Amino acid sequence: MTSIAERPPAGVRRPLFRRRSAIPGFGLTLGVTLAILSTVVLIPLFAVALKAGQQSPAEFLADAFSQRAMAAYRLSFGAAFIAAAINALFGLVTAWALVRYEFPFKGLVNAIIDLPFALPTAVAGIALASLYAENGWVGALVKPLGWKVAYTPLGVVVALAFIGLPFVVRTVEPVLRDLSADVEEAAASLGANRLQTLVRVILPALAPAWLTGFALAFARGIGEYGSVIFIAGNMPYKSEIAPLLIIIELEEYKYAGAAAIAVTMLGASFLMLFVINLIQAWARRRA
Amino acid sequence: MSRRPANAEPALVQAGVLAVMAAFLALVLILPMATVFYEALRKGLGPALEAVQNPDAVSAIKLTLITAAITVPFNAVFGVCAAWAVAKHEFPGKSFLITLIDLPFSVSPVVAGLIYVLIFGAQGWFGEWLIDHDIKIIFALPGIALATIFVTFPFVARELIPLMQEQGVDEEEAAVSLGASGLRTFWSVTAPNIRWGLLYGVLLCNARAMGEFGAVSVVSGHIRGLTNTMPLHVEILYNEYDFVGAFSVAALLCGLAIVTLALKTLLEILQPQTRRPGH
Amino acid sequence: MTISIQSVAKSFGRFPALNGVSLEIADGELLALLGPSGSGKTTLLRAIAGLEFPEAGQILFDGQDMTQVSAAARRVGFVFQQYALFRHMTVARNIAFGLEVRKGAGKPSKAVIQDRVEHLLKLVELEGLGGRYPSQLSGGQRQRVALARALAVDPSVLLLDEPFGALDATVRKSLRKELRRIHDATGVTTIFVTHDQEEALELADRVAILNLGVIQQVGTPAEVHDAPANAFVCGFVGEANRIEGEVQAGRFSAGDIVVPAPGVANGAATAFIRPHELTRAKTGAGGLRLTAERITPQGPVLHVEARTADGRRLEAAFARAGGLGFGVGDQVEVAVERAHVFGA
Repeated sequence: MTSIAERPPAGVRRPLFRRRSAIPGFGLTLGVTLAILSTVVLIPLFAVALKAGQQSPAEFLADAFSQRAMAAYRLSFGAAFIAAAINALFGLVTAWALVRYEFPFKGLVNAIIDLPFALPTAVAGIALASLYAENGWVGALVKPLGWKVAYTPLGVVVALAFIGLPFVVRTVEPVLRDLSADVEEAAASLGANRLQTLVRVILPALAPAWLTGFALAFARGIGEYGSVIFIAGNMPYKSEIAPLLIIIELEEYKYAGAAAIAVTMLGASFLMLFVINLIQAWARRRA
Repeated sequence: MSRRPANAEPALVQAGVLAVMAAFLALVLILPMATVFYEALRKGLGPALEAVQNPDAVSAIKLTLITAAITVPFNAVFGVCAAWAVAKHEFPGKSFLITLIDLPFSVSPVVAGLIYVLIFGAQGWFGEWLIDHDIKIIFALPGIALATIFVTFPFVARELIPLMQEQGVDEEEAAVSLGASGLRTFWSVTAPNIRWGLLYGVLLCNARAMGEFGAVSVVSGHIRGLTNTMPLHVEILYNEYDFVGAFSVAALLCGLAIVTLALKTLLEILQPQTRRPGH
Repeated sequence: MTISIQSVAKSFGRFPALNGVSLEIADGELLALLGPSGSGKTTLLRAIAGLEFPEAGQILFDGQDMTQVSAAARRVGFVFQQYALFRHMTVARNIAFGLEVRKGAGKPSKAVIQDRVEHLLKLVELEGLGGRYPSQLSGGQRQRVALARALAVDPSVLLLDEPFGALDATVRKSLRKELRRIHDATGVTTIFVTHDQEEALELADRVAILNLGVIQQVGTPAEVHDAPANAFVCGFVGEANRIEGEVQAGRFSAGDIVVPAPGVANGAATAFIRPHELTRAKTGAGGLRLTAERITPQGPVLHVEARTADGRRLEAAFARAGGLGFGVGDQVEVAVERAHVFGA
């Protein structure tokens, strides 16, 4: 019999990389994406690692972990952590108010939360510096208490609190909004009081988003430069942040030293990115 | 006794929460903004206007606009390409690619500037070659544009990818099965569905591009009237204790931020799904 | 147009969606692809449309190899499960889209397009709704728009993916008749995917039943219902009591239930008895003795859930006319008119 059904099947055409898609343009758009991503981001980032790698390990360690650099890391990471914690607290309160309560100028408050995304960091920097300086509106207010904000590590915290605020609010807000009321009503019907419901039902449900917001704010704070340098004081060992140290090294033409600190900070950034991805994977599993 | 639903707090607690929020937002957001305008107008409108009309300020404004005009379209095209590849097709390593696209948000702006200095600077990989051929990248517009592209790189892509994933591929498949070409499918079917999301990404990208400080500060060289962008001009005036000048230019940038936020709010009304935690 | 599918294979990752499927579809035929979810029926439909590309095998339209031809060049009409209407275009623009994207000489004039749109709106009974947007239509109306849009390009074959899946029961029934009417009016070769056997049997000229990426049987509705090729088809098409038992010398037995099983090899086997193939037997005539547990009216028949003496559950359907003459808890004797027995 010579029926067509008995012809040998056509050769298996399995594309090496992906299955063929009905929607055109994949090769072109992925090609453009990878080309731009490589030239603008990946290769330059690789270059800095290479530059740092040109030194001997001892030189690298001496540059990356000098006493001055260590002090700068301590300030950058410590202030970013404290600022993120402040944002976690007040960001949660703000998100709660935005989702649950009605109040005057709510639309305006909602819009202004994103100000740190829209306002150039240098503008934020000089504004915060003059506001929290000893003769500034707030600085003068807290001076009698013996507090000095601007030109101290506390000023760094204030600047990073400004920068990080939207991260917490905008990650917690949608989760809080989607949290259905019947869960709380169920808790209440089972005899839980308001505080118990909050602590045992609502906060655990918010935890992944809350932690993500904290981590995002922290990660942003580590590398922040523009808003900080005006208020920080920039005293070596005291109020000098790590990104500033890179610039100082550069200005002294110590390229390898700058690269060493940059690589250390990049390492921290990648670690944070990894942690954030872990938190989000955890959140997805729980969802 | 007043009745309140099971999922509401007592009025006193509500008032407390609102008061804490108001105080915090005032300290961190509202007062700083008010300071900018107060300091700018401290000596009246005249000096403020003079400061922004100063030739150096004008050239800084021009450079900022040129930088944005290069950066934003570049990243918009990149964002659309990346979103089309990622959201409309299946391939291995997709989520890794998305992480790589997001990477610049995790990198300190100063490091972003540094990497280009290490490549194109006088001591960098291509330094000698560039000097030989009399091409200036660092301490010139190309460097400023590159550094700005880096820090604003993910804005459009991360706005479009989730939006286009959510919209699925049905409409595109329908268009293709009706005989439409790829380009036609994009313009007639996809583009109308993503226009608000695209605008949203462009808006945020633009705000950051015009306001970028750290990365640009490293590559610009701070040459007055030549390679100073608006934020860098603000810094210089501030460091020279010309506070009225610094805050006057800052007020312009503040105005930009306010316009950005207003348009952003408008877009969120037009396309509700655009709102998501961003940068 | 005839369509010939030859040994088509397609997998997603490690999951084989189509495992060497061959099928011939005649010109002007209305064919149903029936199967449970994950059976590969939608993948097969999308492969015919050019929305998926098989790893092996061929798809021929009128003898011409189309396997690697893009969807845009195939001229098929595809109706998506969720309709995939262009949400920012009016109904009329949706329908006109396939004509408007044509290039050069093939592109009809505006007047021709408008005429065609009017004609199609009339065909799907949506006259006057051309200016609406998809969001302003009901589910059934969207379905019709999707159908009109697919027909606008004068497709060589009309493909529908679960065309009634997203609709409620009453709309579904009326649209079913509508599809048949439109098919008969246009004469276009039509293939639709469904998991609903009732829909497939009622609407199609022929039904192809898929399971696990393999075609189990192709035939007219009567053939697949009355002469199922295997246990899967028998269980999937129509209602049936499924009884596990054993075949010895051409007889299937499972406790009290004994039915002839000519040609079935000795050993474990499964018998399928359709409820209407159990009939009342005279008491004492040696029939199967059942105890009725629940009786529910279903249209012209009464549905009886019953149990055999050894505890097996059986369902039977008796004509309602004249009454049953027994109630819940009563015993009744039945005869097995017909059974389908398949060896393990």
